[in-house]
Amino acid sequence: MIRRALLWLVLCLLPVVACAQAIQPLPFHDRAEEVRFQKLTSELRCPMCQNETLADSNAPIAHDLRRQVFEMIQAGKSDDEIKTYLVDRYSQFVLYKPPVEPSTWLLWFGPLALLTAGAIVVAVQVRRRARQNPTVGTPANDTEDDW
Amino acid sequence: MSRLLPLIGFLLLVSLFGFGIWWNTQHDQREIASPLIDKPAPAFALPVLGEPSRTVDKASLLGKPYFLNVFASWCIECVHEHPMLMTDMKRLGLPIVGFNYKDEPEAATTWLSEHGNPFDVIVADRDGRAGIDFGVYAAPETFLIDAKGVIRYKRIGPITPEVIEKEIRPALVALAKETP
Repeated sequence: MIRRALLWLVLCLLPVVACAQAIQPLPFHDRAEEVRFQKLTSELRCPMCQNETLADSNAPIAHDLRRQVFEMIQAGKSDDEIKTYLVDRYSQFVLYKPPVEPSTWLLWFGPLALLTAGAIVVAVQVRRRARQNPTVGTPANDTEDDW
Repeated sequence: MSRLLPLIGFLLLVSLFGFGIWWNTQHDQREIASPLIDKPAPAFALPVLGEPSRTVDKASLLGKPYFLNVFASWCIECVHEHPMLMTDMKRLGLPIVGFNYKDEPEAATTWLSEHGNPFDVIVADRDGRAGIDFGVYAAPETFLIDAKGVIRYKRIGPITPEVIEKEIRPALVALAKETP
């Protein structure tokens, strides 16, 4: 029984493993390095096919950049150094998570600012209405609702 | 006034989205502005196409502005761009350095004998490593590099008469103003 379950598991995982190896048989030193490589390349965007990560993309440039990332990991570079290397050449476009700096403040804090503004508007309206109609909730008052 | 507030909000949103649509039609969305503009071109030393024993490096090209055109025999858009290199670009009077990107030397040579060779010299970047330093991600791409080796302009995609008039000529005029 257990054996059969294990067989099933192996069979189910086989295509995943085969696929991963077909894309790139890179000679990693150990599992940790491979995990780091996969994590890093899935945080980076392929410049050619713009909605794919470096890890997923089949474009030639993605292949080359994966090779570059791999070699830099082998050379002992940190994740930040690798990202800086790519940003210097391909701009911040390659980062799926852009850094927080003045030019990206709108991107980072814009949604929160909009949400806060909306909450303030709602709060003000609710208060004003509560003051106008102390008997909130009675349907009769709905007719003079200005919203 | 508070009756009008939703309408005003709605109109603001409409204008924001309208601006977004307009903005996207004005720009090629595939184009990534190069961070290398106005920065020194990366150092490179690459073999000459067809003469692997000879190398051309960045230092040997200093002293005069030049175009660096990234092309490959496998690149479809390059075929469309090629007539422009042969005529209008050559007429601009600057040397054109060919940057044969990730290509087989034989295929590149055959391609050039078919379509003509507008280049003063061609360097071959077979494995694409020098291309990464230049931030190349899609051929054709064209760089304008000044006499000091600084990248002044980059075109991603094929050169068209419109690109020459609207972008390359103004860049050349700006260059000419600087040189005493």
